[in-house]
Amino acid sequence: MLSSDVTDTRDTTTGTAAALSARSGRPAPRSASAVLLRLVMAAVAAAFIVPLLVMLSASFSEERQLNEHGYALWPRGFTLDAYRFVLENSEQLVRSYAVSVVVTTVGTTASLLIMSLMAFALSRPDFRLAKPLAFLVLFTMIFNGGLVPLYIVITRYYQLQDTIWVLILPYLVAPWYVLLLRTYFKGLPADLFDAARIDGAGELRTFWSIVLPLSKPALGAVGLFVILQYWNDWWLGLLYIQDRSLMPVQLLLYRVGSSIDFALANPALAGQAGDIPVQSARAAIAMLAIGPIVLAFFFLQKFLIKGITLGGVKD
Amino acid sequence: MRTRTDAQRASRRSRRRQAVRRELLYLALCAPGLVALILFNYVPLFGVVLAFKNFRPRRGIWGSENVGFDNFAYLFAGDAWRITRNTVAMNALFIVATLVVALTLAILINELRDRSPLLTKVTQSAMFLPFVLSWVVVAHLATAFLDARSGLLNQLLDLVSLPAVNWYAEPSYWPAILTSVDLWKGVGFWVIVYLAGILAINPSLYEAASLDGASRWQQTRRITLPLILPLITINVLLSVSKVFNADFGLFFQVTQNSPALYPTTDVIDTYVYRALTTTGDVGMAAAAGLYQAVVGLVLVVGANWYVRRRSADNALF
Repeated sequence: MLSSDVTDTRDTTTGTAAALSARSGRPAPRSASAVLLRLVMAAVAAAFIVPLLVMLSASFSEERQLNEHGYALWPRGFTLDAYRFVLENSEQLVRSYAVSVVVTTVGTTASLLIMSLMAFALSRPDFRLAKPLAFLVLFTMIFNGGLVPLYIVITRYYQLQDTIWVLILPYLVAPWYVLLLRTYFKGLPADLFDAARIDGAGELRTFWSIVLPLSKPALGAVGLFVILQYWNDWWLGLLYIQDRSLMPVQLLLYRVGSSIDFALANPALAGQAGDIPVQSARAAIAMLAIGPIVLAFFFLQKFLIKGITLGGVKD
Repeated sequence: MRTRTDAQRASRRSRRRQAVRRELLYLALCAPGLVALILFNYVPLFGVVLAFKNFRPRRGIWGSENVGFDNFAYLFAGDAWRITRNTVAMNALFIVATLVVALTLAILINELRDRSPLLTKVTQSAMFLPFVLSWVVVAHLATAFLDARSGLLNQLLDLVSLPAVNWYAEPSYWPAILTSVDLWKGVGFWVIVYLAGILAINPSLYEAASLDGASRWQQTRRITLPLILPLITINVLLSVSKVFNADFGLFFQVTQNSPALYPTTDVIDTYVYRALTTTGDVGMAAAAGLYQAVVGLVLVVGANWYVRRRSADNALF
């Protein structure tokens, strides 16, 4: 692998240089620095992956070995005990998984729909209220009342604590994404809208069959950020959820991690007290909590990158 | 243009009626979003009066007694300095570290790009992966390194015969630890932002430079850096405008909310959370929150004003 890379670079400096450097218009450097560059970058990549590998290895390790020798890159005494334990004993885990899946699916769908409808209206040149309403959206980005008023309003006046809604509603509208979508919609060719109007399409029709299909990159990117937001959330749960049957996965992981007592006191987790594989079980739950998002990551990475470029450079 | 003749044929009244109808339709499309914003952003704004009240749950927000600036006086006599210092100093550390590391990595990836597409792809994905993890998971990963008994760091110290450190009880190490964790989780995002900026640079500039005999380093210094300076400026200014808002997940989860670490890790957000949930001092928590929101507003508006002066297109508003 490495040797073939080296010959690659030699080729670059001699023969095929023109072809390779045509893309950037820059000549390739000598092979020594190229090899060094590769080594450095491989090390950097490893630095980002190693913590995950350590956790993965812990989830396959024997609890006794973990206690004695600590964490390692390679599992000590390979076993599936932690997973078996977590999956057999924990109705809670299944329950929490279900909560997270429901919240993420419903939340993401609703959020995308609401935000893009709003962004569409705000992007229309003939909407006279667009400017003041856009300011209303923007203002929430620069000033808010802070945690305490929000907490009191949600718990005392809306009475949303310990309902599934409290995990969904507060994240429905993210002002930044509304403005981002609006900018994207504004950039769509105006002729298309005129043509649609002539063909007799109403605004909703235009939105559904012209704007949405043309905005897949923006919707994909925003959608992914929203998915991350919902799946990874533990904060709303921490504040507003006492009822264990509504505890999302990340919050469960936090509770299990924050106190061994919780694992022991949790009737679902407490098999025979003392036998509980605390550290490896935590690692296993962490792996299970990561699972879906890492899968999503591999499929959707492209969109995420597009989204960042969209938000970071173009906007 | 055909629309205009169509429209001219229609009577003026029906045209106006159509316009009103369209206006109402747009408003209806905005409605669900507006309702959500009003419920979760605007209604709570009235709650800032809590900062000036001695909150009694039984009497509600409006019934509680007014105490003027007492909550602020109490806050500033006590912890305000510590939490402000921690919030600002840690954020400043993050901004500098992120900028330096992200820029370096973006430039290196750009160098690697033509030569090893595979390694480029792997590195980029690896850097980006932590970005999708939750803070709870990141906190768990951190314990694998920092746990006093079984953590990897202490194993390493043991290997070179140094005494083990109880990381979760030593505040002095935490600025460095939190900066590393913040970098690990977030830097991949910024690498992509800067890489996109670099890729947008016209390649013919590099061609010309290399014909004139400029080395890679000279090209980086004279072409890449100056040309992405606007991007850097905007990103830094935007982060500066958020300097008063700490990442709660980082400071709460990764430190395991360990009281021993508060001297260096307690920030405004964790303080407010604790005042609200643990000590139950709602008035002071609200005061601290308002202090944060007002200074945050000043910083955002200031940063935006500065960006706008430099290039209006990049301003937030």
